[in-house]
This record gives sequence, C-alpha cells and structure tokens, in this order.
Amino acid sequence: MNTTDRIELDAATVTLAEIRQGVSAWLDANWSPDLPLREWRQRLIDGGWAAPQWPVADLGRGFNQEQAGVVADVFHERGAVGAAQAGPRRLAAETILAHGNADQKQRFLRPILSGEHAWCQLFSEPGSGSDLAGASTRAELVDGRWLVNGQKVWTTSAHHADYGILVARTDWDLPKHQGLSYFLLNMRQPGVEVRPLRQMNGHASFNEVFMTDAEIPATDLLGGLGNGWAVAATTLSFERRSFAQGRTSTAAAGPRTGLAHDEYAQELAIANEPYTWYPQRQGRVDLVLSRARQTGAIKDPAVRQEMARLLSMHQAAALASASAEATRRAGTNEVIPAGSIAKLAASVIARQAALVHTMISGADAMLAGPDSAEQGMIAETLISVPAISIAGGTDEIQRNIIAERVLGMPKEMRSDTGPFRNIKRNVS
Amino acid sequence: MQTEFSNDQHQFREVVTRFLLDKSPTSAVRQLMGTSEGYDPLVWRQLCGEVGLAGTHIPEAYGGYGFGPVELGIVAEEMGRFLYCGPFFASSVMAAYALLGAASEIHKEQLLPDIASGACIATLALDNLNLPEQVGQSLVAEQQGGDYRLTGTAPMVVDAHIAQLLVVIAATPAGLGLFAVSNPAEGLTVTPLEVLDPTRKLSRVDFAAAPAIFLGEVSPQALQTLWDQLCVVLAHEMMGGAQALLASTVEYTKMRVQFGRPIGSFQALKHRCADLLMEVEFAKAASHYAAFCLAAGEGDAYAPSMAKAMASDTYMNVARAAVQLRGGIGFTWEDDTHLWFKRAKSSEVFLGTPHLHRERMMTIMEGV
Repeated sequence: MNTTDRIELDAATVTLAEIRQGVSAWLDANWSPDLPLREWRQRLIDGGWAAPQWPVADLGRGFNQEQAGVVADVFHERGAVGAAQAGPRRLAAETILAHGNADQKQRFLRPILSGEHAWCQLFSEPGSGSDLAGASTRAELVDGRWLVNGQKVWTTSAHHADYGILVARTDWDLPKHQGLSYFLLNMRQPGVEVRPLRQMNGHASFNEVFMTDAEIPATDLLGGLGNGWAVAATTLSFERRSFAQGRTSTAAAGPRTGLAHDEYAQELAIANEPYTWYPQRQGRVDLVLSRARQTGAIKDPAVRQEMARLLSMHQAAALASASAEATRRAGTNEVIPAGSIAKLAASVIARQAALVHTMISGADAMLAGPDSAEQGMIAETLISVPAISIAGGTDEIQRNIIAERVLGMPKEMRSDTGPFRNIKRNVS
Repeated sequence: MQTEFSNDQHQFREVVTRFLLDKSPTSAVRQLMGTSEGYDPLVWRQLCGEVGLAGTHIPEAYGGYGFGPVELGIVAEEMGRFLYCGPFFASSVMAAYALLGAASEIHKEQLLPDIASGACIATLALDNLNLPEQVGQSLVAEQQGGDYRLTGTAPMVVDAHIAQLLVVIAATPAGLGLFAVSNPAEGLTVTPLEVLDPTRKLSRVDFAAAPAIFLGEVSPQALQTLWDQLCVVLAHEMMGGAQALLASTVEYTKMRVQFGRPIGSFQALKHRCADLLMEVEFAKAASHYAAFCLAAGEGDAYAPSMAKAMASDTYMNVARAAVQLRGGIGFTWEDDTHLWFKRAKSSEVFLGTPHLHRERMMTIMEGV
C-alpha cells in the first residue's frame, strides 16, 4: 500500500467493525515507531486518521463521537502515536474549523495536527480579566496589514508558541462586544515579546505578552471584521468543555520505544510542563485519609467532622456531574447547570481540602519543599488552592452565571453600554 | 447498580407530584397543622387507595406494590416538596420497614397488608431518636409465661396519637426485640406533645406493663440497617423540601422591588442563591445515590449517613436564607416560609444530627 493511500469510508453507512478493520489495516501498512514524529504525522494526516471527527473537506472523515472513539481505541491498543493535541493548539484548531475560510483551514490545520505549530491563547489583559469583552489591545489596518499594540496576560505556553489566537479591538466607537475582531498572530516576530509571569506558588506557568506594532497579514483575520466576540465564544465553549473533561492524554498502550515515541514524549513534556501543580490547586483530596492516618489526626473529632464534610462534597459533586452528563446524553431540554456548578464546586472542595490538610499537618504546615510532607505536595497545595477559584472564570462570575441563566434572576444593571471609547476603564 | 432513574420512575414521580399538588397546597398544610389530628383522613384514604402510596415498598406478598427504596425516595422527595401532612412516614416508612426487617413471617403476613392498604395506621416507638446504639435503654420487655409486657417510655413517637398499632423496639434479656402493641391498650398512655414543627406530630408514649406481642429479634446490625433505611427516606423528604423552598425564595427575589429594582438583581442575593443551588444539587445527588445503594444492596455503606448529613445541612441553609432574603415578611406567621423552616429544623435533629452522621461516616470509612 502506498503510504499516502486513504481508505475511503462513508461515515453515514460504515459500521464500527469496518472502521476498526480499516484503521487496523492502515496501521499495519503505515505505522512504525521508528519513523521521525513529523514524518509519521504527515502520513497520519494523509491517511485521514489524524482528526476523523473533522469534515471530509478538512482532513477528517465526518465521523461522529462514537466512530471517532473506535479510531482512538485502535490507536491506543496498537500503541500508535496520534495527532498533536496537548496544550491550547486544539482550541485554535476547533475555532479555525468553525470560523475559518478555505485558505485559512488549508494553511493552519495541518501544522497543528502534525505538531509543527504550537499555539497560545491571547485573550486576557491586565485591564480585562473577568470582563473579557473589555479588551483594549488595538489592531489597526495600515497599508494592507494589521498592526497590533497592547498587552495580554495569563498566556500559557506563550514561550513555546508559534502562533496565537488573539482578540483585539478594531473599532472604538462601537459598543464593546461589537468592536472586537479575532486574529491569528505569528508569535515569531520582533513585535512580540514574551515574559514569564511568576505566581505566588513559585511556578511560572503563564506569560505576559507585549505587542508593539506586531504585524498580521490581512488574510489572518478570522471570522470577519467586528465578529471577534462570537468567534471567541466558540473558543471558550471548547475550553469549558475541556475543563470539565480534564486534560486528555494520547499516551499509547503497548510498546513505547522508538523514535516517534521519544519525540512524542518530548512534545508532551513541553506542553504539560505548566500543569504540574494543577492537581495541587484542586486540593489533593486523594491524600487526606492517608495523611490523617499517618499523623494520627484521624482520631481528632474536629478533624473528622471537616474530613467528612470534604469527602461528602467531593463524592456528591462527582455524582451530580455524572447525573448531569447522563441527562445531557438523554437529550432533554432541562436546564443543566452542570458546567458552572461543577466549576464552583471545585473551588469549594479545594478550599475545604486546604482547611483539612492544615488541620492534619498542624505546625508542620510551616514547611515547604521536597523534605516537607508528601515531598512538598501539601505545602504546594496550601499555596496553590487560591488559583482554582480564579482561573477559567472566577467563582463570582460562575455565581452570576448560575443565578442568571439557571435560576433566571434579573441581570445586573449595566454601566458599560454605548461607544467603547466612553466606557470607564482601568488606567494603564 | 442503577445510577439514573428509569422512565417508569420518572412517570411514577409525576403521578405523585400531581396528587400532592392537588391535595397538599400550603392552605391545607396550614389548616391541618392547627388540628390535633394533624392529617386529613379523606386525603390519606385517597393516597392509600387510588394512588396506592402507602404500600410503595411493601412486597406484593404482603399486599404492597413491591417497589424499593428508589420509589420510596421519590414519594418522600415529593411529599417533602409539598410539606405533606399525614402518617406516611410513621406508618409506611418507620413501622413497615421495622416489620420487614425483623418480624417473623407470620407477623408480616398479619400486619403488613393493613399498613399497605392504609386500613391500619402504625408507627414505630423508639426510646431514643439520636443514635441506634442508644435504643433499648429505657423500654424493657418482660416475659410472663407466654405473654410479654412492656415497661418504660418512648419520649417522642411520630403520629402515635392516631396510630392503631405501635411497633416497639424494647430490650429483652436476650437482646433487642420487636413488639406489637395495639392502641389503645391497658397500661399504655399516649400524651400528645407541644412540638416545634406542627406538621410532624409527636407524642410521649408511656408503657406500664402494657401487653405486647413478640414479633422477632432485632440484632444490632438489623437496627443499624433500619436506621439507614429511615435516614435515606428522610434525606429525600428534606431535599425535596429544600428544592421547593429555594425555588419559592428565588421567585420572591424576582418580584420584590427595592431601590428601584428587583432585589434578585443584587449580586449579594444572587451569589447566595447560586451557592444554595449547588448545595441542593449535592444533597440531591447524595440522597439518590443512597437510595440506589440500598436498592442494589451494594455501594458505600456510609451513603445513608452522608445523605442524611448533607440533606439536613442543606435544608437548614436554604431555610435560613429563605427567611433572610424575604426580610421582615419572612419572619411573619402569615408568610409560609416558617412552615418549611420548622420542618427543616425538626428533620435536622430527627434520627441523628448531621455531626453524628458525619462521625459515623468516618467510622465506616476508617474500617474500610
């Protein structure tokens, strides 16, 4: 079989068994762990297996979730490396897929799947965090290209990124949501400066990005002028979904030696490096019982009360999410508050976990580092938990969403209507 | 193990809801709570007869419908939502569960069909309502020939004032036993008590060598199982009440205008309601899970205590907010909020306060 051969399968009629057979046969002829990663991924894309859930015209096969799941299963069983998906690149891909023109899809999607291009997300600004639509990074059309000036912040992986998805203001006389546009920005240019941002827990998972006359070709405006808010909503909905699902790993079962696997491991290590402390910001509920037994705190009635509260909430939140997911699958019209409630619950649980860990550790909680409890993970938990109620939409924003969209309570009165240039903003 | 309700169960819930919507408006609750009986015999007969709820979880062999803890939970959740006043919890839940768990076959055949049909109102007399470990410290059974006589006090018995049958757990030299005492009987005094929650009537029951029929032994494990079963039903009732009370409170904040805007547009109130919705969702998930566990006879052994503790705290948190968010009107007798507030308080402490159940949860977990 020629390596670029694509087996055609009609998504409307193909059976799951035929998909399994097709993937298997194609892997027999094409997969080798000894290939360089980039070369393997090109074959993978040409074969139509890199993103089978995407449309046929855009490197995919138009498969539904179940069909794509079979493809993923076979790759997993065979220990074959899949398309690149770690980090924010898939947010960019899904947004380009939804809003891009043929030329944009053609230029950007393949290098995302192959892993050639890493991406970052340039949304938050020092002056607009919760109020994303208040972005004041400026994009102006000068001599047929866009010139961008402004600052973004909380940009994960910006120092490794080749491109960024950017929301910038293109019209200051329109109301705030209408004056935004969405761009695909080349990060590798003199007008873009990336500086690491150190957090209170000592990690530097994010960056500040400064743009000074950064250039964007006119062809890299995504979704049309002034349509930035709608396009950004697409990105955010994918982000929330991946937040709820947790980060997925394409780690393969079976033998993992060979050039492709080595290069893939490097790609993952770079992409996952910012996230090593994420389990700690969730409160490390998994450590609570064993720590309480080790230290003897398990005998303290006050600690037991707080532990029971924590473990109850933790389990009930998981049960509630599972139930909401089942309702969603059943396709009822019931308003499901799952996303925002799960987000808020994660904060409450993490704070309670920090309280319990503090009670269990006592004075030992003054220590940090590898010689402290659980190789420093308890200390890292205590100083990382404050992030969970801010990242991805603060608790206060989640409560507004729950109150307004689920409980139907009246909206807050607005003071940010009319032309954007007249709205009160932070002084920079 | 079942993790979601079936379509049949959803439909069953709708039937229960429709009945209660019609028969248990707050006007009826207010009227009944002021009477000494505390229930409407006609509605009770319809509930037992037309709708058949009194025998929900009683096996068909004993005249019931043969459903399980999940359907029983559905009934309780809806009754809690409408603050239903009647002997369902005392008779169908407490007495029937005690008989099913500990009575001999012949006594189940004798006693359960009338409970299932509603012909007999029964209740369960316990001398302690805080912890199963403390049951049997006051009530004692003495055997004289083939006959048993009970002596001691059950300080609070739900609906004893209208019960024809008292199912009693009392101490015997061989351990705890389950007994039947008819009401009235010689040596039996039932004294209605002034209660904090007038929708749940309580009486003190004094036994002075009252004649009793021995129904079976009650092992400590059987008593704990019974306690778990009752707590799961009670958790459903509380969580149903919490849902209704949160909904009415949210509606109030949309209507009430101060400072030229609905008070529900203020974030201080929105955020409190959002937090409560999260709590209610947790209590719901924990209660449903506990019922699924009981129905399957598997899952976490601490699930009933987890559900009881969460539902208790949630109901009280909602009740406190329900008064607070209504402001002065919420503290008046005229407003309905206090009906739910009082039910929340009496349910919180009935069959063990939340902290006792959290302690039990930890004891079970530690053993695992």
